[in-house]
Amino acid sequence: MAAGGTGERRGLAPSLPLAAERRRFPRPRAAWRGGMAGERAAGLVRELHRAGGGNLPPFRAEGLRQALEEMRALYERNQADVSEAKSGRTDLIFLIRFRHCCLLRNQRCVLAYLYDRLLRIRALRWEYGSVLPNTIHFHMSAEEVEWFNRYKKSLATYMRSVGGEEGLDLTQDIKPPKSLYIEVRCLRDYGEFEIDDGTTVLLKKNSQHFLPRWKCEHLIRQGVLEHILS
Amino acid sequence: MAAASGEGTEGDSDGGSEELVLTPAQLIRSLEQAWLNEKFAPELLESKPEIIECVVEQLDHMEANLKRAKRGDLKVSIHRMEIERIRYVLSSYLRCRLVKIEKFFPHVLEKEKSRAEGDPSILSPEEFAFAKEYMANTETYLRNVALKHMPPNLQKVSLLKSVPKPNLDSFVFLRVLERQENILVEPETDEQREYTIDLEEGSQHLIRYKTIAPLVASGAVQLI
Repeated sequence: MAAGGTGERRGLAPSLPLAAERRRFPRPRAAWRGGMAGERAAGLVRELHRAGGGNLPPFRAEGLRQALEEMRALYERNQADVSEAKSGRTDLIFLIRFRHCCLLRNQRCVLAYLYDRLLRIRALRWEYGSVLPNTIHFHMSAEEVEWFNRYKKSLATYMRSVGGEEGLDLTQDIKPPKSLYIEVRCLRDYGEFEIDDGTTVLLKKNSQHFLPRWKCEHLIRQGVLEHILS
Repeated sequence: MAAASGEGTEGDSDGGSEELVLTPAQLIRSLEQAWLNEKFAPELLESKPEIIECVVEQLDHMEANLKRAKRGDLKVSIHRMEIERIRYVLSSYLRCRLVKIEKFFPHVLEKEKSRAEGDPSILSPEEFAFAKEYMANTETYLRNVALKHMPPNLQKVSLLKSVPKPNLDSFVFLRVLERQENILVEPETDEQREYTIDLEEGSQHLIRYKTIAPLVASGAVQLI
């Protein structure tokens, strides 16, 4: 490798013949074949970032697998080169360091991808409740579903421990209460429903009522009633 | 509110170190103060188990009173609205704390672990259990899905270093409740020098959180 040889050069030559250029800067051994290192991992992060607004795109298991595979391969190349470097080839040290940087970047991208998805899944519990719609469920990996279930359970335990006997459902009362009575529409047949002053209301599908809010809340949660916002 | 709840409630009903007797109005005011402070502070503040316990007791008390009340009484609606409002403030306060616990979970747990014996706790026992479970859940997930498939020298990740810390340098608005003297204000630019100010009672300021953090804890200022 002709890394030296600066003695030949005097001042700035306007153009060096290509062959001489190649002699001066020989092509380094490719650190990674098949594209720029860290591309797949960065791609995962980019795609997730593009699906903004808290949406959960499908889990890219294949992309993750490829990024991990790349890390494994980089590490193996480094292992080989480290032993060579130890036996004299100190010129490989830059390459080893470069591969190590790629490894770190891959690790960072992969973890960022997974962690950001967890944050979005966490937000789903607060928005949709305990049972997630099927469309979202499809976008989650099995491990993510497991994480979600454990989070749900942990949250439920905490909410039960606060606020007396029944606990305090913190996923309710998200907005300050504006009025005592609310306009609701019935989404499915429920039957008779008694309100405070003894009167009963028949909840049939598509009927509309003006009911006290605290009575309706649990029915709204169950999906029997729908709050009509004018 | 006094009509529905009757007499004033005790502070620590389980006979804590201080028997504070607060009227319901004072109790709700301290709940609101804790709520506002928690909302505007960048970090997780001290937990206030006594306030929460008393408010919950108060709410139960009011609900029970309402059940006994005459039907169609106008007061019922008003007290009902009061209950809803108080419940909203309490829920919002606890939610705010949970959000911060989840956001800064390694730092919160670390702070609690390295707490000195007499210092007040920032986590209630239930919050502590929740935080620990959250950390274990997340660590296990990351380890099983990614870390254990990575090269041996990259399998450990320090969550304490990777998860961002709360930004204590963010600016907050505050109102002064007790007069403070000689608060040191750090310089913003190279040309300025640090100077001290006195905080007059009732005045309002916009200042870095870090400078006045202890004053929030002691109740000398209120974040707005």
